[in-house]
Amino acid sequence: MSPEQILFYFFAALTLISAFLVVTMQNLVRSIFLFFVTIFSLAAMFVFALADFIAVTQVVIYVGGVLVLMLFAFMLSNRELLSGLQAVQTGFKMSHFAGLMISLGFLFLLYMAIASTDIVNLPWIKESQQISPGDNTVHQIGINTMTRYLLPFEVVSVFLLMALIGAAHLARKEKRS
Amino acid sequence: MIPLSHFMFISAVLFCLGLYAVLTKRNAIQVLIGIEFMINAAILNFVAFGRFDKATGGGQMFALFTIVLAAAGVAVALAIILNVYKHFRTINPAKIDSLKD
Repeated sequence: MSPEQILFYFFAALTLISAFLVVTMQNLVRSIFLFFVTIFSLAAMFVFALADFIAVTQVVIYVGGVLVLMLFAFMLSNRELLSGLQAVQTGFKMSHFAGLMISLGFLFLLYMAIASTDIVNLPWIKESQQISPGDNTVHQIGINTMTRYLLPFEVVSVFLLMALIGAAHLARKEKRS
Repeated sequence: MIPLSHFMFISAVLFCLGLYAVLTKRNAIQVLIGIEFMINAAILNFVAFGRFDKATGGGQMFALFTIVLAAAGVAVALAIILNVYKHFRTINPAKIDSLKD
């Protein structure tokens, strides 16, 4: 195995194990901090798909923004939940079993779909021009944003403005008349 | 070079973990984390296929857009969760069962 493969499978295992712990862990604070580990190792896997700019964006947005927001919401909403709800959560539940069956069935479905498709021999992948490790992807992304993907870029910017105004509107204090 | 199908298997497992969290968790923040897992599985697929698209760079561009959409979604969802907590004094999705006051 080459070092590239060893590192890739290491990060893949790290992603899946930490994601598994996030969904099974009872302690919410620990699961949010483990979410941080999952996001970081996912960013490492983006690097192996030769998308370094996406990896950096992932780290900046998720670790800098989303995680802080989640911790903030947790701190604001979980005073009695810390002791009350988590005691109830232990033990086996029928609804958990149904959820487990649905997700395992879906995993089986996805596995069969991926295993039965011969992805590497698809015509567009065979004919495609691959990104090589030495390419300057940031340069390419900059040019693409301003030319080919200008409309989605503008739509996303309007959407972000809407989300910002909407979140501020939802979080404001209501005046009691 | 890592084969494409390995990326897809990893993202399939990640998606199903997210699905499990969404279906079974008793806390809105954990449900939100499950949704984030599902979105990240999709981003991983975008990026993995984007490697074969040098000319137009579609995979990487839409991965970027998806990250932005996910971040905006989280901001709004957390604002909603805080409001729900103010109103019901709980964020257990099973106990939030009325739309009007």
